Amino acid sequence: MEAFVTLDAVAVPLPLPNIDTDQIIPARYLSRPREVNHADFLFHDARRVPATDEQNPEFPLNREAWREAKIIVAGKNFACGSSREAAVWALFDAGFRCAIAPSFGDIFRNNGTKNGLLPVVLPAEVVEDILAQLEASPGAHIHVDLPKQEVTAPDGSTHGFEIDPFAKHCMLNGLDDFGVTAAYEDDIAAFERRYGRENRI
Amino acid sequence: MSEPSGPRTLFEKIWSRHRVTEREDGQTLLYVGRHLLHDGGATAFDVLRQRGLKPRAPDRIFATPDHYVSTAGRKLAEIEDPRHREMVEKLARNTAEHGIRMFGLGDPNQGIVHVMGPETGLSQPGLLIVCGDSHTSTHGAVGALAFGIGSTEVAHVLATQTLWQRKPKTMRITVDGTLGPQVTGKDVILAIIARIGAAGATGHVIEYAGSAIRGLSMEGRLTLCNMSIEAGGRAGMVAPDETTYAYLHGRPYAPQGAEWDQAVMHWRELPSDAGAVFDTEVSLDGSAIQPMVTWGNSPEDALPIDAAVPDPESAADAERRAQMRRMLDYMGLVPGTPLTDIAIDRVFIGSCTNSRIEDLRAAAAVADGRKVAEGVLAWVVPGSEPVKRQAEAEGLHEVFRRAGFEWREPGCSMCLGTNGDIARPGQRVASTSNRNFMGRQGPGARTHLLSPAMAAAAAVTGRFADVRRLVGG
Repeated sequence: MEAFVTLDAVAVPLPLPNIDTDQIIPARYLSRPREVNHADFLFHDARRVPATDEQNPEFPLNREAWREAKIIVAGKNFACGSSREAAVWALFDAGFRCAIAPSFGDIFRNNGTKNGLLPVVLPAEVVEDILAQLEASPGAHIHVDLPKQEVTAPDGSTHGFEIDPFAKHCMLNGLDDFGVTAAYEDDIAAFERRYGRENRI
Repeated sequence: MSEPSGPRTLFEKIWSRHRVTEREDGQTLLYVGRHLLHDGGATAFDVLRQRGLKPRAPDRIFATPDHYVSTAGRKLAEIEDPRHREMVEKLARNTAEHGIRMFGLGDPNQGIVHVMGPETGLSQPGLLIVCGDSHTSTHGAVGALAFGIGSTEVAHVLATQTLWQRKPKTMRITVDGTLGPQVTGKDVILAIIARIGAAGATGHVIEYAGSAIRGLSMEGRLTLCNMSIEAGGRAGMVAPDETTYAYLHGRPYAPQGAEWDQAVMHWRELPSDAGAVFDTEVSLDGSAIQPMVTWGNSPEDALPIDAAVPDPESAADAERRAQMRRMLDYMGLVPGTPLTDIAIDRVFIGSCTNSRIEDLRAAAAVADGRKVAEGVLAWVVPGSEPVKRQAEAEGLHEVFRRAGFEWREPGCSMCLGTNGDIARPGQRVASTSNRNFMGRQGPGARTHLLSPAMAAAAAVTGRFADVRRLVGG
């Protein structure tokens, strides 16, 4: 997994609540293996004009000022819905390394930290304020500092965020769970013997 | 690790039973009792292969194809899209290679994974169950702790039979009172989500309690727990009771004979202790819940059938107003329109939410002696082979066919359309599934969620209708 330490990048605002993973990547693009570049599937339908299938120039990700964005800022319950990890792959492959919202779908949040995409939860009023700043100055940067657990908004204001210490450690070092779990092999084996006796199939 | 000495919740009892170890930072390594697989999970096996790993406990893993199977036929060759066919074939290859039991196409137990688990008795009280699908919350209806995980986590569970988790918060949703006629588990969960919102239970495991929940059949509880994820909840559960034991007794993978008696004895210790404390408490009056229909693009946008399409001008804030306008535009709806005036194009009765035998009986009771309205295409997709066999033994398929419904083969089908079962842009679908997201049932398709009986009522009237007016009490 790619490590995440600090990031200073263009942030794109998506000021809507409940943006679901079906919007982030429609189900018909889920049968591709991870090796396939998923960037083109990102918001595939949402960023197109339904009648013509052409790119909608009004959709934030299509606007010139936000083309280089690596941070996405959205309303509450971002990436709710399906467990599809391809929602993270699509964002990652399109260059995103961080998502900021007042809340996330729980499964997406886990999938993010296991794929190098940092989910940052900030209070709703802070997110609202940041969204307003991003819309007022398209192309503005946000600075994210994982060791300090701090976000610096375009106006220079700083906001602390919480992250699970284990997820933080894994993201900072680009570690995945497999390596960590290997160290607990004896515990698992002992547990398994007892559990297996009590829970036969 | 010391156990808390005070009263414990159902969730806490299952959590601690499966805890291998807990780190100082709060991360807990949990042992997985049942791992369920479907045909959307090929990536996890790719990860294993790349790392040179193998499934650790293949006897605890069970698979069935559902997302990519054709609902027009049972032969692999009937899956027209080679990409879809490949997904079903990959599941068969991967499970065969590693000695994992698969209920494949043509197997008498094949079905939607969340129908198959409880139906075969694989899903049991007190177990920790995971699956690479968000609707794994369904299995909590039997008193299990069950939740969906991503494909990296699926690979980790395959390789280690364990999963790192941080302990979630607990929420108890108490629904007391008696549900009215034609008010089902679907209406209860839609009413709950309308109340607490699509993010209302984020970070929580929900336990559903109260007399209205106790009174639900197992099918009703499965529907209820299924949509916990639509309330933001990671899992939903109902304490096991006589309804649970009667449902599980005699199922192929349920304990048999003396083992059954012993299992039930253990299961009786699972319900939350009196005085157990939940982080969040919510309560609803069950007798006030009406048959529900959604109008927007989040399951929280649900209203009783006698309501009208809401006006964005009435929204609490500018963000909600903008969101409502966007949804009404997508859904092609005008504020103030009575829900019963909205005409539909298609009906989908199926999905892991509502495709079980009781669901089909309820829909058939409405369809019986009536005709699907002109211009409406109505499908019934049973959740599994056993459901299909049972329905056919009861003659339900003939009831549906006489009324003009299509009777199809088991699979996820139009719930998310991964197999190509989708609606056309602009078509309005009365759907018993779980998500009314934009594009969920195909680009531009307009989904309204409702119960099976309400879907059948919509099919025969050509518009949303109060099923109570059709079939009385």
